[in-house]
Amino acid sequence: MTDPAASGSAPGSAPGAGLSERLTALFWRRPGLLVALLITPPLLWLGVVYIGSLAALLWQSFYSIDEFSGAIVKEFTLKTYAELGLQQNIDIIVRTVLMAAAVTVASVILAFPIAFFAARYARGRWKAFFYLGIMLPLWSSYLVKVYAWKLILAKEGIVTWAANGIGAGPLLDGVLALPVIGGGSLSTSYIGTFLVFVYVWLPYMILPMQAALERVPTSMIEASADLGAGGLRTLRSVILPLAAPGIIAGSIFTFSLTLGDYIIPQIIGSSRYFIGQAVYSLQGTAGNVPLAAAFAVIPIVIMLVYLTIARRMGAFDAL
Amino acid sequence: MTPAVEFSHVSRLFGTVRAVDDVSLTIPEGEFFAMLGPSGSGKTTCLRLISGFELPTGGEIRIFGAPSGDVPPNQRQVNTVFQDYALFPHMSVRDNVAYGPMVKGVPKAKRHALAEEMLALVHLDGFGDRKPAQLSGGQRQRVALARALVNQPRVLLLDEPLGALDLKLREAMQDELKSLQQRLGITFVFVTHDQGEALSMADRVAVFDQGRIIQVGSPSEIYERPATRFVADFVGSSNVLSPAEARALGGADRWASLRPEAIRLLLPHDPAARLSGRVTTVRYLGAGTRIGIEVEGRPARELAVLIPAGQPVPAPGTMVALGWADPALHPMEAAE
Repeated sequence: MTDPAASGSAPGSAPGAGLSERLTALFWRRPGLLVALLITPPLLWLGVVYIGSLAALLWQSFYSIDEFSGAIVKEFTLKTYAELGLQQNIDIIVRTVLMAAAVTVASVILAFPIAFFAARYARGRWKAFFYLGIMLPLWSSYLVKVYAWKLILAKEGIVTWAANGIGAGPLLDGVLALPVIGGGSLSTSYIGTFLVFVYVWLPYMILPMQAALERVPTSMIEASADLGAGGLRTLRSVILPLAAPGIIAGSIFTFSLTLGDYIIPQIIGSSRYFIGQAVYSLQGTAGNVPLAAAFAVIPIVIMLVYLTIARRMGAFDAL
Repeated sequence: MTPAVEFSHVSRLFGTVRAVDDVSLTIPEGEFFAMLGPSGSGKTTCLRLISGFELPTGGEIRIFGAPSGDVPPNQRQVNTVFQDYALFPHMSVRDNVAYGPMVKGVPKAKRHALAEEMLALVHLDGFGDRKPAQLSGGQRQRVALARALVNQPRVLLLDEPLGALDLKLREAMQDELKSLQQRLGITFVFVTHDQGEALSMADRVAVFDQGRIIQVGSPSEIYERPATRFVADFVGSSNVLSPAEARALGGADRWASLRPEAIRLLLPHDPAARLSGRVTTVRYLGAGTRIGIEVEGRPARELAVLIPAGQPVPAPGTMVALGWADPALHPMEAAE
């Protein structure tokens, strides 16, 4: 393990064997020891830093805030959770979940053809081009991309200019005049928020989807056709069920990243809050850490519910 | 009667590689037809041309008289048993077998009954609820067979279906496939690189090499009267003699084949002896022993001799004499 050249030497080999040989022999006799050594640091990280902070978060959400002094009352109460039930907070949660769902569905629809092409047809140069094309946007700063989109979607931006240029200006105005999702311009509407979310998270959908589609054996697709199935039937009965774990993995990314993001809706969109923004302002300027914690628990609960439903529907049967 | 499958001058090129090169063949309905050849000889591509997963770059394929050029795989009356079985891992065995009827819109109760019937045919009654991963290799093979047969194909294509099974199971499945084919009367096209499998199961065998069919005939024709050196060597690894050697041994002035089992070991001064030589290698095969003999004289060469079990086997280094009946030295048609 420590030295490839030494891995062939057996225990009881020549006396005076080096440290690496002795270690190799030790690990060979006690395979559990190596596994323990490899897995302890990440387990500690996961246990203390990750699970620990999650537990602290959950703990804080059961505290409450004294309405007069603004001080945190460190006593167990469900009062904070009751506050989540206020109409303005419910609105934030529903808005965020709907946006995350819409972004996820759009990502699945956009990502599937790209991932399918990359997994089943792209070879050599095309494959390299695919990876570069998917990864390249991830190399630049998230903030730069979001501000770039603000300019693209602004009233004086290229989208409005292009729409007017091809005579689709009225169409754009019509879309922006729609209630709720419309607004003064794309960059100050939910449509704009949605477009940028889809752009920013799309690679996280394509990559796991492509990996899952690549694992579907060609012979299985051929077998489906051989048994009389047309393309759509094969897609529905063979390809999608077999690629489901990858699609679910991608949707975990797009869904939970949208649920938790507080920068994109801050820069692009109407001024109405998403969960991430609520958490940010509650724990910052408002100093209401318990309510911020209770808000932060919501995405976790939603993801658990989502995964449970996916599991019930057999999305992981092909794993 | 219209033949089940007919190739006329069919070619399939991959870039500049001629995977299938000007193949013409006719498979009558109800025949058990084997395509035999080493890997890369074009036999699997031929099978995929029949199923429609490959399209010919030249020539025409007719299935029951109808040109197949524009017919996609899902509309062909042929079904395939894939080499890796290609069972759907997320479906139960029953749903796998019922897949074809489901696609055709057969109601659930009816198609499940059909699936059970087919599972019984391949001796897998009661396995319907399992997932493919819970079956052994032989059982998966049977499921793949049932899944293809449930569609009542007029031609069943089998792509090395027994390759992944162990010897005992393979022999049992050979018998079973043969009797199934005779009972159902369906045309079977069977691809294999195993000459024993082809000879024991098929009504006719086509021997492939480098994209071409070298010889088509009944198993006994292929084995006893190989057309070329390649067939003689590939089917039953015969001793191939050059025209000069054949002439020296009293044969015609052509390439000739001399089967190892046709050669008898004689006492050194037996008048029937045609050659003598020294034993170099001895390879025990169970049902017999294959020995290599370095023949004396010019040009010096090795001959393989198969000694049936129960007969004495000479030790390496022993001098022996060899004899055979005249017809055993078979002159081949092809010049090369």
